[in-house]
Amino acid sequence: MDILTLFVIVPVITILILVFMKNLKQARIVSLVGMTVQALMSFNLVYAYFQERKINNDIMVFVTDMTWFEHFNIHYTVGVDGISVAMIVLSSIVVLAGVLISWKMEDLPKEFFISLIVLATGVFGFFISIDLFTMFVFYEIAVIPMYLLIGIWGSGPKEYSAMKLTLMLMGASALLLVGILGIYFNSGADGGALTFNILEIAKVNIPVEAQKLFFPITFIGFAVLGAMFPFHTWSPDGHASAPTAVSMLHAGVLMKLGGYGVFRIAMYLLPEGALIWSDFFIVLAVIGVFYGALAAVKQTDLKYINAYSSVSHLGMVLFALLMLNRTSWNGAILQSLSHGFMTAMFFALIGMIYGRTHTRDVRKLGGLLKVIPFISVMYVIAGLASLGLPGFSGFMAEMQIFVGAFQHPDMFHRVATIITVSAIVVTAVYILRVVGMMLMGPVKNSEFENLPKATWFERAGVILLLIPIVFMGMTPIWLSDMIRESLQPFIERMM
Amino acid sequence: MDFTYTILIPLIPLAIFLLLGINYNKIKPAVSGVIGSLGLFTSLSLAYYTAYQYFFVVGKVDGVYQTFVQKWRWMSFTDTLVIDMGVLIDQISVMMLIVVTTISFVVHIYSRGYMKGDPGYTKFFAFLSLFTFSMLGLVLATNLFQIYIFWELVGVSSFLLIGFYYTKPSAVAAAKKAFIVTRFADLGFLIGILIIEFYTGTFDFMELTNPEGAAITNWASTSFMGLSVTTWALILIFMGGAGKSAMFPLHIWLPDAMEGPTPVSALIHAATMVVAGVYLVARLFNLYYFVEDGFALNIVAWVGAISALIAAIIALTQTDIKRVLAFSTMSQIGYMMLALGVSNYDGHEGLGYMASMFHLFTHSMFKALLFLGAGSIIHAVHSNYLQDMGGLRKYLPITHITFLIAALSISGVPGFAGFFSKDEILVAAYEHNKIIYFISVFVAGLTAFYMFRLYFGIFWGKDKTYEHLPHESPKSMTIPLMFLAFMSVAAGYIHFSEYITADHQSFKAHLNYPLAAIAVGVGLIGIIVAYILYKKPNELPDKVSKAFGSLYTWAYHKFYIDEVYMFITKQIIFKRVSTPFAWFDKKVVDKTMDLVGDSVVTTSEKIKGLQSGKVQDYAFAFVAGAVVLAMIFIYNWII
Repeated sequence: MDILTLFVIVPVITILILVFMKNLKQARIVSLVGMTVQALMSFNLVYAYFQERKINNDIMVFVTDMTWFEHFNIHYTVGVDGISVAMIVLSSIVVLAGVLISWKMEDLPKEFFISLIVLATGVFGFFISIDLFTMFVFYEIAVIPMYLLIGIWGSGPKEYSAMKLTLMLMGASALLLVGILGIYFNSGADGGALTFNILEIAKVNIPVEAQKLFFPITFIGFAVLGAMFPFHTWSPDGHASAPTAVSMLHAGVLMKLGGYGVFRIAMYLLPEGALIWSDFFIVLAVIGVFYGALAAVKQTDLKYINAYSSVSHLGMVLFALLMLNRTSWNGAILQSLSHGFMTAMFFALIGMIYGRTHTRDVRKLGGLLKVIPFISVMYVIAGLASLGLPGFSGFMAEMQIFVGAFQHPDMFHRVATIITVSAIVVTAVYILRVVGMMLMGPVKNSEFENLPKATWFERAGVILLLIPIVFMGMTPIWLSDMIRESLQPFIERMM
Repeated sequence: MDFTYTILIPLIPLAIFLLLGINYNKIKPAVSGVIGSLGLFTSLSLAYYTAYQYFFVVGKVDGVYQTFVQKWRWMSFTDTLVIDMGVLIDQISVMMLIVVTTISFVVHIYSRGYMKGDPGYTKFFAFLSLFTFSMLGLVLATNLFQIYIFWELVGVSSFLLIGFYYTKPSAVAAAKKAFIVTRFADLGFLIGILIIEFYTGTFDFMELTNPEGAAITNWASTSFMGLSVTTWALILIFMGGAGKSAMFPLHIWLPDAMEGPTPVSALIHAATMVVAGVYLVARLFNLYYFVEDGFALNIVAWVGAISALIAAIIALTQTDIKRVLAFSTMSQIGYMMLALGVSNYDGHEGLGYMASMFHLFTHSMFKALLFLGAGSIIHAVHSNYLQDMGGLRKYLPITHITFLIAALSISGVPGFAGFFSKDEILVAAYEHNKIIYFISVFVAGLTAFYMFRLYFGIFWGKDKTYEHLPHESPKSMTIPLMFLAFMSVAAGYIHFSEYITADHQSFKAHLNYPLAAIAVGVGLIGIIVAYILYKKPNELPDKVSKAFGSLYTWAYHKFYIDEVYMFITKQIIFKRVSTPFAWFDKKVVDKTMDLVGDSVVTTSEKIKGLQSGKVQDYAFAFVAGAVVLAMIFIYNWII
């Protein structure tokens, strides 16, 4: 069994075992073991990747190829570069943390963990595959369980939210399918056979007209998942209704599929299209960055605040991708990773606060720092990371983006960049507003005087997410150099 | 000479922060105070050793002070553009090391008494260490990006310490305000850095400030709206500096920051962090001076002069003693800025630069003393307000004498440190810009007046009867006061022009007797007026404030600048921008999406015919919705 396919096999085995489990105790142990194995494998993958890179200069390493439908030239092809390795590490850590946070899931635990891990399977499969069709299949596998997870284990207007989320993501994937087929039918433009293989298509000169048509379709198809303005509205409602672990996975991992897909498929395969359309989408991305931040300022529900914050942060990812140079791309990938860990941490903490106080309304909370110090301190740290404090991951990601974006001397890009940079002030406003209202100040409600302290599993989950945030922030050079190398093919393709 | 070991000076406080921060509920208060102080003492010793080595042993080669740089790659943007972390040892960074470690150490000792019994004792020392680490990192920065990184870190330390009493809503609001206002200013700083980087390809101070380097010689090659782009960048960078140093109109956070514990006000909001803006301009002085004939430097001078004046006027009217001191700080930093602003480069022409650094040094001593003295007073009477004080000289003899020394020093009475440094500033201003000189002299008079208003109001004035008899603070608090009182005199006798100059070469500065006489005369008038008004309780102060009428009211309300900001943020940004955005998102963007979804559901309801059961409904809705959306989008983009 090759090293990559294991990332799909292990979750599937975990699911199969889960099916025979009877209660919460057994289900959570099985999930924990399965996802721990997954996380260890992802660490091992980093090591193996560096070893392989020394001797192997291909774009993708650990490539395995199996024919699936010969007639359409559909293959199961997997391979990774620095970017996907980083994404896999992100996913495995967030999933593991999600399992830890759901330790006390009492409602249909077995089914919950199964759905969660099905989602994870889709995510891992998506990141390892380099065949468009396989990728699309995994994408759908990741999106469908979301409906169940929110619809069954959610809270509030969960049916509405679940429906909305699923419909919009399905609409997006329909677009995506059109885009992928468009690419597929043009992959023979140089006289070769039609193919879904990304590496093969990257060698083909797809006609500019086709690129111009299919780039926006593919871009939007993915960008909806990345909460691009104005297709972001599924995300706040979705988050608000979703159970904690699902919000974590959703914001931490699933939304990353969007940015990753935009980069790996839309931009890599349709570079001319990207050049033609970049200005248009830059406008949308910049609106998203600023609009998300401003909308977050007025929200009162913690989850809405973080959902809009995600719109802002992920807008920055799209913005950076569209700046079309190595520094900003590097920043985009780092921002994706950083946002993944950070929001997962935020949602985990919000889940803990909600679980104790039964409200997410910042106006009703207050003085939590005194009552539940660990959770509150971690929330402050996550907040500081989110507003781009040096020493945490967000800062160096944002700086890469800003420096990269500043390499365009024309007025349009300058203005776009300066608006985006200005959003960091608004970010500080909405973060400190929450910290001030919810954590500091006097305890507003006497019922909150004696809230239970964080359990060890909750602590473990949060610390697990904090470590990479600090690690990336303190020693950015390792990660950014690993990603930088993998950007070379993108640069060559774009030039 | 290898100065690599200086990296330890910031790293020791960092280690202590981590140690105390992670174990904050396990370490006993007594132990954490000792750990913090001892650690800082190590840093202090290293800093003094460095200063000795630099100024007296290896720093000067052929009459020119050298710069020593040690750096390591931290992150790379491109192959050539990297962020380094490292230490840069030159005249001003060594001087700042002395200032920061000395004041921080004194504040550590003082806090062991002041914070005794506070439930957040260990946390307090952890934050102090975090701040000291950040400030030292800022001082030692080798490039613009490193200074920006530590700039943000001192900002957050300041946030944490202002909000130290986090259950008090006013402290929380003050902490938020400080962070957001400075962050807004830092936005300018960041954009300035990006511009500098784009046009020069480097962040490195050595390359940027080299008078023969490309950054300085090529300034005329670009232009934007009539000015060199480099000038714009410098103005934006100064915006960051003005925010941190509480210069008008970005000063509004500083008075509120007095909500923090008093030792913090002394350390952060008087002696060290708030002078970071001055340090930044001094660090980039060559750029400011040479680019476009010092256009940006002129702005620095004027912002400094205006801030000095406005702050001094507001300080006349405030009744919270810490706020008077806060405005006094702002006013004195204005002095430092204007001194830099009027400075030239070579030899004695660079007097302003030297005077600014000199004043920074002496000010840090006497202003820290004033704040710590105020802390001792507040400790004794449990109030910040002048009206609750009076006649305290009998109860607090040590605090009284040391406070008097500091007041004399800041008022520029001959023999005290403030006299020497202020005199150099006035000379520099006199030689280069007469209007600014007159403003400075006027401010000197106001300074003497408001300081002695405070002094007489606290220690003389009415003999109040106190519920709890005030008593002198413990030794751990009075010894730091005595030490700083000594420094508030002695610091003036250091020959700064020997050590710190714009062009790295020593020159001889002399007292300018006529100008000194004028300044002293004005200062004495201020003191005498204060004596008449406040030495004994009488009716005069009320009459005077009435005589000034609306000017008094305006100054008392800090010229309503806070209200203007409040209006802009609350009324315009929150109400007119943010709320409509949130509304737009809910009602327009979202409703459009819902509408699409609803229409799909309605359609499927109508056409489902014989189908029954929920699952199929949903499945159908998915597919139909997907197809409809796809078709709409494709249709739009084909057209």
